[in-house]
Order: sequence, then C-alpha cells, then structure tokens
Amino acid sequence: MQEYLIPFDKELVKDIQEETLINMYTMMARIRKFEERVGDLVSEGKIRTPCHLYIGQEAVAVGVCFALDKDDCVFSTHRSHGHYIAKGGDIKKLMAEIYCKATGCSKGKGGSMHITAPEVGFLGSSAIVGGSIPLAVGVSLASSIQDNGRIAVAFFGDGAICEGVFYESLNFAALKKLPVIFVCENNFYSTHMPISKIQADTEVYKRAEVFKIPGIRIDGNNVVKVFTETKKAVESAELGKGPTLIECLTYRWRGHVGPSWDLDKPIRPKEEVMWWVNNCPIKRFEAFLMKEGILSDLEKEKIYKEVEREIEEAVKFAEESPYPEVGGGGNGVFK
Amino acid sequence: MRYLTYAEAINETFHQLMDQDERVVLIGQGVTSPWYVGTTTVGLIDRFGERRVIDTPVSENGITGIAAGAALAGIRPILVHPRMDFMYYAMDQIANHIANWYFMLGEKMNIPLVIWGIINRGGEQAAQHSQALQAMFTHIPGLKVLVPSNPYDAKGLLVSAVADDNPVVYVDDRWLYNQRGEVPEEMYSVPIGKGVIVKEGKEVTVVAISYMVVEALKAAKELIKEKVDVEVIDPRSLKPLDTELIFESVRKTGRLVIADGGWRTCGVAAEIASLVSENVFGSLKAPIRRVTLPDMPAPASRALERAYYPREREIVQSVIELMGGNYS
Ligand SMILES: Cc1ncc(C[n+]2csc(CCOP(=O)(O)OP(=O)(O)O)c2C)c(N)n1
Ligand SMILES: [Mg+2]
Repeated sequence: MQEYLIPFDKELVKDIQEETLINMYTMMARIRKFEERVGDLVSEGKIRTPCHLYIGQEAVAVGVCFALDKDDCVFSTHRSHGHYIAKGGDIKKLMAEIYCKATGCSKGKGGSMHITAPEVGFLGSSAIVGGSIPLAVGVSLASSIQDNGRIAVAFFGDGAICEGVFYESLNFAALKKLPVIFVCENNFYSTHMPISKIQADTEVYKRAEVFKIPGIRIDGNNVVKVFTETKKAVESAELGKGPTLIECLTYRWRGHVGPSWDLDKPIRPKEEVMWWVNNCPIKRFEAFLMKEGILSDLEKEKIYKEVEREIEEAVKFAEESPYPEVGGGGNGVFK
Repeated sequence: MRYLTYAEAINETFHQLMDQDERVVLIGQGVTSPWYVGTTTVGLIDRFGERRVIDTPVSENGITGIAAGAALAGIRPILVHPRMDFMYYAMDQIANHIANWYFMLGEKMNIPLVIWGIINRGGEQAAQHSQALQAMFTHIPGLKVLVPSNPYDAKGLLVSAVADDNPVVYVDDRWLYNQRGEVPEEMYSVPIGKGVIVKEGKEVTVVAISYMVVEALKAAKELIKEKVDVEVIDPRSLKPLDTELIFESVRKTGRLVIADGGWRTCGVAAEIASLVSENVFGSLKAPIRRVTLPDMPAPASRALERAYYPREREIVQSVIELMGGNYS
C-alpha cells in the first residue's frame, strides 16, 4: 500500500501561499472533528438518520474544493458531509439537517444523505450510487451553453464505476468537451465488497482512456496533490479541453455506515485499517507543515479550539432547533 | 407446530430451494453480506458457494438483465434488489425486456425469474431509501406481483414464485422480518393469486396489503372495543388478484377500506377500489376508503415520518368514519 502515498515536499507546495495551506489544514480538521462528533452523537442515540462518515477521506474534499471558485458547483453522494463543509456550507445547518430539524439545510426532509448549500455551489447529494454524476455533467452542459466558465464536479465512490450511468456520463462529457471534473474517491470498498470483488480492472482512472480524456490516479490523502491536480483539471476545462477523471486513492476508517469500525465483521483486516490510520491524511500534512515551520504547536491548538467551538455551536443549534411541523408551509412537493 | 420469524422463514426456504433444485441461483447485492438483506441469506454462501450465491457489483440494470438471460438459458435465478428504490435503475430490463419477452416473441421464450424487491423504510432514511413500489410493478403487464405478510406465506409464496414459469416480483417488507408465525418445516407452496380472509367479520371489509395486514389486524382488535366487526382480507398476490374473494366480502359487509403502504395516486388501493365499484357497486353502503401514503416523497425527520406512514390508527379512523362515527 506504501506505493499509494506521495510524500509531501517543498516542490509540491511551491506555488501555494502559506495561508492557503493553513486554511486547507483547518478545513480538514473541521471535517474530521465534525464527523467524529456526529459519530459520537449517533452512538448516543441523538442522531438516527443513517450517517456515512467521511473520516479518513478529508484530503479529497478539501483538495478539490480549494481548487474551485465559489461559483463552481459540486454534487455528492451518500457520504457527503465532507464535500458540503469543504465547499463552504454552513455547518450549523448541516448539523441541524443531520438531526432532521426544521432549521437544517434541507428543512429536515433530507437527513444526512440529502444535503444542499446552493449559496456556495453545493447543489445536492444523492444516495443513489452514481445518481448525481449526470447531474454534474448537466451543469457543465449549461456552463457551455451559457458560456459562463462555471466548472462542475461530480464526487462519487469506486462503487459508482459499476453503474452504467457513469460511462454514459463520461462519454457525453468527453464528446461535448464539457467543463466537468469526475472525482472518484476510491476507498477500496463498496459497502461490504472489496473493489477486487466487483471490478474486473481495479484501476479506475483507466476508464478515461476509451473516452480519450485525461485520467489520473493520485494519492487522495495528500491534500496538496489533490489540490494541484484539480487545478490542472480546472485549467484544462477552462481551455475548452473537456473533462478529467481523477481517481483519488483514500480510505474510510469507519464501517460503511455509522460510527462503528466494523472490525468484528469479516470485511476488512485490522492491519489494513490500522495502516491507513497510521497514515492519516491530516497527520501527514501536519507533520509537513510543522517541519517547514508553517504551522506551530500553538497555532495548531488554536485551530482545533476554534473548530471545536464551531462544532459545539452547531450541535447546540441543532439540539435547540424545532422539528419540522407536519404540513408546515404546505407539503413541499411542488414549487 | 414450529414458530419462525419471517426472516428465518425466508432463509430456510432459500436453503431448501437451493438444496432441492440445482438450477436455483441467488444473485444480487448483499447476498453474502452480514447485514445488507437482514439475516435472510445467512449460511447460503458457505453451503452453496460462489457459483450459486452471487454477490454483485452495484449494477442494477445490467445484473437484472443478466439474471433474466440466465433464466432464459435454464437457470432459476432469484434476483435480489435490497431496496426497491434501487430498482428504478433496473426498470428498463424489468419493464421493457423481462415483462414483454414472452408476449412479444410469440410465446416462444419465457423468463422464469424471481425478482425479490425489499422495502426498507423508516429510521429517517428519507426519499431514496424508503419506497414501496408494488403499484409500479402491478401496473406492468407480464409481471406477477406477490406481497406476503407473514412467515407462512413468505415461505409458501417464495416456493411458488420459483416454480412459476413467469417473471415474478416478490415484494418483501423489512418491517415484517421479526414477525413470528407457524411455519412447517417441509416445503409447501401457497398458490399465486389466492387471497385469504385473515379475520372474519360482518360490517366492514379491510383489504390490507403486505405489512398493512399487521396494522389491519391490530385495528380490527381495537375496533372490537368500538363494537365494529371488521373482516380483514390479505390478497397475498396483487397480480393475479383474488378479486372474487374481495367481491364476496364486500357483498357481505357493504363497506370497504383498503390499506396499502404505497402512494395514493394510481396505487394498489385505487385499483382495488375501482374493481369493486365496477363489479359490486350495488352492494356498497358507503364510499370506499383508502389508507395509503400521501402523494409525497418520504421525509427524513422522525417528526414527519410519524405522520407519513399510515398505521393502525388511520385504519381504525377510516372504519369508524365509514360507520358514521367520529374518532379522534
Ligand atoms: C443504486 C444504488 N444501489 C445500491 C445502493 C446501496 N449502496 C449505498 S452506498 C453503496 C456503496 C457505494 O460504494 P462507493 O461508491 O465506493 O462509495 P463509498 O460508500 O465507499 O463512499 C451501496 C451499494 C444505493 N445507495 N444505490
Ligand atoms: Mg468506496
């Protein structure tokens, strides 16, 4: 597995401002702490909606979203808290949605798997595997018609590669040279199935070849690498060259759904899980930032304190918010 | 007599079917998973191996067609969709191919395929993880649709479904999985298209579908207190539908409530209501009542879920109102 990792070095960050690096670090910490808190709240029975935690994959959401403008759009999946936060979504409204409260970003109707923050370009998450990929392509089609330079990103897992809609979407986007970026978060599992048991060829990025678009496989736990590669994809799309498929190798630490590590189930070897935990995307980045003198212990402490304060505020907001009212404001089926 | 839970009954039936007939193959997402389809497939992979217990990629449309192709070639596949919500991806294979094949090709090719669709709802799972789509499949010519409501029928109908030479959609509700009931150990079949009276009564007929049978029986008990004598009918199969059993009951009671866990518009309850009014209108003493989901996607919040899913209370209320009373 070691070969998956690309080490951080000075060369990699040479065009990135220190402030941006710190912001990336902070964003990853925010997602991690948010998800850990959600996991605890599920264990405590306070949250019931099924939560697919993003712990371990933070570098992908952050690296990608930092390479985008606010106007650029992303779509996500059942595992979408990280993308929402990285794109700049309000975490109070997110926590309230996970509590299924009226003040949630989807008014308590969507729960964890259906969140949205259109004000920052997070256009929604679908829990149908592969289901939101064509929606991102559609947004990029609109960009090409409206000629507004807006980029669209589809986040999806390795499982989605098995759905026909993935190929249909890639083909159309490649054919029309649309400004869309396909970001596959390959965490090596689709529910209880390891990727080798569901894909004839486990190198996801190669799917790009037949559509004659760039496809790359990168260390998805190296936030800077994800950022720089997404930047390149953005530039390529802006030049009218069409889509890119970026396969980010990463790992979800917890089980498929809920806070459990699922180590009691015959799915993932404990050594494998621990290897990824030891190569934590945040810790790796942090070690680099410290070594380069970009981050100090003091600053780190400050960041975590602030992040935890924000999250506690979000929990308080969610707890104190009312549940949606039956029939409140009509039934909301039509506009 | 032996008692099993509904999930145990299904599991036992799989074991027996696969043991008895080598052509039977189980295919679909989660058939080797410790949780995906509850405990219904426990032990199958160890006993029958990967050639006959095939856990699949997330490829609903392809896998559904693949199962149908295997059925054309002499296999008896049971294809699982662990949630009915995911069946929309497979809708083309189901509706355009599987349902049409026999008719369209001059009755030369039949597809003996069981499509096992699971309803899994509640628990703030929201609109894409909650759907009860029995009406969709009942609408399509060429598909049989079964809706067991207890462990005994779960076993008997599954056996009949596998024996049938046509595509059969077997709708299975996870809210039933812990129900206990008498289940003979030996294999037996429940005939497709035959409903049953699960509780006799004289004043109001309640036709209940799938899990709603459980709620209807609770309602019937409650209604005894209100001095209303309800007859509960479980059609067990939506297509073919045992219309005569329903008509006969309505001729006796003159009042009908239909309880279905699907949506209201163009739903199963709507179909049964129109059949009754077409055929035994003269026996009706009051308008037909439907207890269904509202025409709304499933909400996440528990506060909305409580109001969304109809239960015993809504059935009791409808019956009492039909009898001219008030219930609050
Ligand atoms: C169409 C459809 N089929 C099946 C499922 C059930 N399901 C939910 S998540 C998932 C696995 C997805 O794996 P992957 O795409 O790798 O995402 P990950 O969970 O690893 O983030 C499956 C099969 C679903 N939600 N939608
Ligand atoms: Mg995955």
